Amino acid sequence: MDPVSILLGGLASGMVLFIVSVGLSVTMGLMGFVNLAHGGFAMLGGYAIVLVMRHWGLGFLPALALAFVAVAAFSVVLERLLYARLYRASELDQVLFTIGLVFVMTATVTLSIGPETQVVQLPDWLRGQTDLGFIKYRTYSLALIAAGTALVIALWLGFERTRFGARIRAAVDNRRMAQSLGVDVGRLFAVTFAIGSGLAAVGGGLGAEILGLDPNYPLRYLVYFLIVVSVGGLGRVAGVFYAALLIGVLDFVLKIYFPKGGTLFIYVLALLLLLWRPQGLFGKRGA
Amino acid sequence: MTAARQLAERHRFRWWELLPWIAGIAVFFAFPNYLSFGTQVLITILFALSLDLVLGYAGIVTLGHAAFFGVGAYTVGMMAMHWGWNEPLSGLVAAALVAGAIGLASGWVLLRTQGLTLLMLTLCTMTLLEQAANMGAAWTGGFDGMPGLSFGKILGLFGFDALYFRSQYLYVLAVLFFCFVIVRMLVYSSFGQSLTGIRENLLRMHAVGAPVRARQVLAYTVSAALAGVAGALFTQANGYVNLAVLGLERAAGVLIVLILGGYGRLYGAFVGAIAYMVLEHLLAKAYPTAWQLGIGLTLMAVALYARNGILGLGDALRRRLGAGGTR
Repeated sequence: MDPVSILLGGLASGMVLFIVSVGLSVTMGLMGFVNLAHGGFAMLGGYAIVLVMRHWGLGFLPALALAFVAVAAFSVVLERLLYARLYRASELDQVLFTIGLVFVMTATVTLSIGPETQVVQLPDWLRGQTDLGFIKYRTYSLALIAAGTALVIALWLGFERTRFGARIRAAVDNRRMAQSLGVDVGRLFAVTFAIGSGLAAVGGGLGAEILGLDPNYPLRYLVYFLIVVSVGGLGRVAGVFYAALLIGVLDFVLKIYFPKGGTLFIYVLALLLLLWRPQGLFGKRGA
Repeated sequence: MTAARQLAERHRFRWWELLPWIAGIAVFFAFPNYLSFGTQVLITILFALSLDLVLGYAGIVTLGHAAFFGVGAYTVGMMAMHWGWNEPLSGLVAAALVAGAIGLASGWVLLRTQGLTLLMLTLCTMTLLEQAANMGAAWTGGFDGMPGLSFGKILGLFGFDALYFRSQYLYVLAVLFFCFVIVRMLVYSSFGQSLTGIRENLLRMHAVGAPVRARQVLAYTVSAALAGVAGALFTQANGYVNLAVLGLERAAGVLIVLILGGYGRLYGAFVGAIAYMVLEHLLAKAYPTAWQLGIGLTLMAVALYARNGILGLGDALRRRLGAGGTR
């Protein structure tokens, strides 16, 4: 494969990683909550998309929108009822609770839908190849790159240019101070949690082509999402974006050149990076 | 009983501490057809006990403890496979040394960090070892692992019994007893006291001049060596080793066992392993998915309502009945 195709393929999978992980980064940055069940929301989103397209005959884009809304609503119910009780609990309790939640999600999906891998049917306009002038490449990968880029710009604007974004940034940097200034961090967190889970749902559907979709999805990719978030730095949208692209491209390249041990290097890299900068490549020191 | 007397006497053996061992020997005579299962339970108890030392006493939250179990299991397996070294007891010592060395090296580096970073680093270390075992197929058998390993007689007297696990059961029970005595002594020594101090109040322990990091690294190393022994017992008793010994599922599983029983209290590992594995044995084969659902719901409930596990519930019950719980 030529370098440009490899780069494009890597960027496409990096975008999927970004779309799924960005919500996790912001919610962990806000509350310091170790949420290992985030990949579960991505899986639920993927299944929602597959099911409504199959049974209700919905188009791809309406299905994505529906999955976003449905998973966001579901997650905020979980957040208010269960997660909120554990914000002051130890990391251990949070880890246990969210691992338990992953098991419940996996088992529920296996029981109600079945253990087999699901395929997301792409519409015709996303299939085949597109001629970029200098290279022909898979339309879907190019669409993923475009969607991811649009999303990061939208999120950046939302974070840097709106009042809501300013509140989130303030709360990530210093929760107590933000609270004393009258920011309702609990509500802020619920809204962010819903948006983040909704985005994960969209990412689960968009990424089914690349990552696959079956009941073991949340556990299989748990380490990947966590690596992206911790390398990017907690609560940093731009950091997660760079980290996701870096890991997506590296993973893609290594899988082509070292098909047997490619993933090994990702873990070595993550280990070294975290030892060198425990707050992540793009995180603030002492945050 | 006054608090001072309670503190001064808490390291003494109490009569009920004999019960688990009597029960262990009774099982050998009462359930001769379940000794294979019993052996797995005993190995899990030892593994959970090693985790209790770091998690329950030193307060180090790790997601990658199966790394050391796996290192011990592979050490014994590779020695038997490539060098024909199949003497069991020296195998255990070798597994403890190798796992302890890796625990020392990784603990030295990783324990500078804490919280989420530490969780991630322990997880990455374990996944790294898993990938390495998967890749080094010439040495480790790769994805298929090493099936059909055979080991020599224990002390040159008792051969392993692949069908009924009679000698394996007693062998593992004896090793568990030996390791338990070590852990019990450690926990009630001044070293164990300072670990508890570090768990309860890190800053204050720094302030009183305790060598916090050295203590944590030492606890991590000892725990890694014990987990390595548990892994070595797994390979020796079952006669095989594969990638499953290193996975996230085993690491999460032992965490669940310990939390279910109650951490930071020595006997939590026993109660948790028996409760978890008996349930699993009864339910998992018939309804594997329902089992996963049940374990998930149990975990969520434990995290939300019963943070001290089964033994903690027992304490709460006794306190409510007015007998006064001891910990």
